[in-house]
Amino acid sequence: MTNDIAGVTKSDVALIIGSDTSEAHPVIAARLKRAAKEGMKLIVIDPKRIKMADYATIYACQRPGTDVAVLNGMMHLIIKNGWEDKEFIAERVEGYEALKAEVEKFTPEYVEQISGIPAKTLEEIAELYGKAPTGALYYAMGITQHTTGVDNVKSTANLQMLCGNMGKVGGGVNPLRGQSNVQGACDMGALPVVYTAYQQVTNAEVKDKYEKFWGCSLNANNGLPMTVAIDKAYDGEMKAFYVMGENPMMSDPDLHHAEAAFKKLEFLVVEDIFMTETAKLAHVILPSSTWPEKIGTFTNTERKVQLLEKAVEPPGEAKDDWAIHQLLANKMGQKWAYTSSREIFEEMAKCTPSYAGINYDRLRNGYGLHWPCPTAEHPGTPVLHIGRFTKGKGTMFAIPFKAPAEVPDAEYPIYLTTGRILQHFHTATMTGKSEGLNRLAGPSVMVSVEDAEAMGIGNSAKVRVTTRRGSIVTNAFVTKKIPKGTAYVPFHFAEAPANVLTNNALDPVAKIPEYKVCACKLEKA
Amino acid sequence: MLITINGKQYEAEAGQTILQVAKKHGLYIPSLCYHEKVGVAGKCRVCVVEVEGMRGLQTSCSVVVREGMTVSTRTEKALQAQKLVVDLLLSSGTHDCLACAQNGKCELQDAAYYLGIERPTLVFSDMAPNCDETSEFVKVDHNKCISCGRCVAACQRTVTNDVIEFGYRGANTEIVFDDGKKMGDSTCVQCGECVQICPVGALTEKKVQGQARYWETEKVKSVCPYCGVGCTMEIHVDRKQNKIVRVNGDEKSPVNEGMLCVKGRFGYDFVGHPDRLTSPLIRNDDGTFRKASWDEALDLVATKLNDIKAKHGPDKIMGLASAKVTNEENYTFQKFMRTVVGTNNVDHCARL
Repeated sequence: MTNDIAGVTKSDVALIIGSDTSEAHPVIAARLKRAAKEGMKLIVIDPKRIKMADYATIYACQRPGTDVAVLNGMMHLIIKNGWEDKEFIAERVEGYEALKAEVEKFTPEYVEQISGIPAKTLEEIAELYGKAPTGALYYAMGITQHTTGVDNVKSTANLQMLCGNMGKVGGGVNPLRGQSNVQGACDMGALPVVYTAYQQVTNAEVKDKYEKFWGCSLNANNGLPMTVAIDKAYDGEMKAFYVMGENPMMSDPDLHHAEAAFKKLEFLVVEDIFMTETAKLAHVILPSSTWPEKIGTFTNTERKVQLLEKAVEPPGEAKDDWAIHQLLANKMGQKWAYTSSREIFEEMAKCTPSYAGINYDRLRNGYGLHWPCPTAEHPGTPVLHIGRFTKGKGTMFAIPFKAPAEVPDAEYPIYLTTGRILQHFHTATMTGKSEGLNRLAGPSVMVSVEDAEAMGIGNSAKVRVTTRRGSIVTNAFVTKKIPKGTAYVPFHFAEAPANVLTNNALDPVAKIPEYKVCACKLEKA
Repeated sequence: MLITINGKQYEAEAGQTILQVAKKHGLYIPSLCYHEKVGVAGKCRVCVVEVEGMRGLQTSCSVVVREGMTVSTRTEKALQAQKLVVDLLLSSGTHDCLACAQNGKCELQDAAYYLGIERPTLVFSDMAPNCDETSEFVKVDHNKCISCGRCVAACQRTVTNDVIEFGYRGANTEIVFDDGKKMGDSTCVQCGECVQICPVGALTEKKVQGQARYWETEKVKSVCPYCGVGCTMEIHVDRKQNKIVRVNGDEKSPVNEGMLCVKGRFGYDFVGHPDRLTSPLIRNDDGTFRKASWDEALDLVATKLNDIKAKHGPDKIMGLASAKVTNEENYTFQKFMRTVVGTNNVDHCARL
């Protein structure tokens, strides 16, 4: 998020697009619902009529994979009516003319053809959003998990710059991150192209700095993202995977393909807390500790670094992940000698400018610090881009609309989209161990009333969902909350794994799979 | 500004209520319906005090302080009134503390203790049990409810789930879920905010019943392991058993203001689950696994990685880090891949 969580209630209007907020980020949803009750306007755009729609001033149902068209359509109307922030555009933005030319053709009627959102509704949305003094935009994987993921994200930034909603309290582009430390994992350089704090591995100066810092020579080439490495493993090009605390055998798209890829590896080591679907394929399994068994830090969706204290002892011989890395590094000839996570944090902060001012004492004495926090006196940065963008001028991009990689046809006539439900988390490695949570929610496919009637089925009936990649059988949840021609499957459950069905077509830049749209057929099972 | 409470002067800020000033300075005035998160309710009348120049007793939760105000919380008149209210509340329910999960953090119990009430004066002999145990995680004991309205305000205004309301009227008033459904049949999402804010034993966690008492647990600060919001939590640990018995949201955290969701509050069973991996495992030729020592397992990993690196180069090895482990552990993981294996093939599930 460019903005902080405490500022969520300070907007005049909020736009939620591609986030089932009350299911996936319930505590931020609580703040948004509260603000909406107290007068903030709320716009919700989603293929499902999500719970947040009950609190919305306007809800619009879009076809999956049409975000660029919808956002371009909003910008078309905002520019046409002169609601854009001219001063902000003149002073802080480049690329406006190209954007303006691109959105010219996205008339409400054209957008209606693509997205299914009635022209009149789009006009109401654009007016409410365009005229508001401060608007915040929230999204989650509904924006990013597309072959046009990067285009979608750029479009959200276009809109926020157009309306002058950047660098102020109550505004911002606010991606809601899905895992406790996904922000931190990125910040720490657990990415193939960057060291910590997004320092490029291909930049000679950066490489030089790290070579001195770590006292060794480093690889100058970009590494592979996981989605590409899996494909290469399938082709026999990758030889070994070391997987820590992840379960790609549930979370990867097109699981049959992923399984074949994993089975071709010469060596697979998995470091985890349970015998996951991925661990079952491993040659060696290393037992690690869970969150309350260790001291360390997480960085949340608003870039806030927070400290975890140790509450219980890990079972048996399970060890903290960092301790395992150290033992292994030393087996391979290194002389690592960390005695605590605190020492690791201190080393990391020395090579990570945005974390340089953060330390355990500051975290223990308060409620976390937002990066960038460059010095020990710096209070942290709850809102980014105040006064100027980090890079100078903000860039607007002209983004044409592209259809998803796979859309419904005669054989597979239904849109399939996937996501989370409140009671479970990701591949359910953790939540699936709670009998209570399991009793509250299990596998299902959300089916529209019309499609259920066409199949002659009622609630809880068994339904077979089939795509070009695979097939699952699960229980129907027949509801008016989803439109005719769309089905939704949560991806948590090994009994009915949604990712057997999903398409592994990738965004060309981010290499993110298109989990949110593919074509399926539904049959009574 | 300065005000006087029970003959001593205390610093106060404009806009604060008498109760807020007293709380800030560690002075106890019994109170039940007030909670700083849901604000002034002025319902229970337990917090009455005498204020010089004002007629009758005043509810300290709703009277805003003025410069030079003189307050007495322990005059005979104030204590009698406080005692009467608490006595009546005790009389109108079944406030048995022995097996109550709230024992030790019950604000009604605290008030009764402060006022020296051993037993209620009036006793209704025909009060039938009235528990709703239909919810997966929350036990509702209507006979312990004092109708303070904190859960109603929290559900409507804090977490904004709009499930709990007051139903019926007068002496029959009770909290209802949706339009009078059992809690388990209602649209309640079981975030547990009502449990955390309930001053008595009316709304308690099912999971803590019979577990370590409130005062026996150590409270440890942590951050939720699930989504990216990063709710700050207080883990209540039974040290003797090395076991988590309760998780509360941290009321002072600017991230979540005490709120949690059903996963964060109740979904910690995996930590002490019998299926946890407890020793390194090595795959046998037939596909089964055998236990191994750390030394043996890590020797094997080191040998294999070294062999593959020597034979095929470091870029044929991929490391998948984790969005569920700490920053420190992601740092050591990528450092391992980059400096020991010698590849930038490091990624995690940010896209997945």
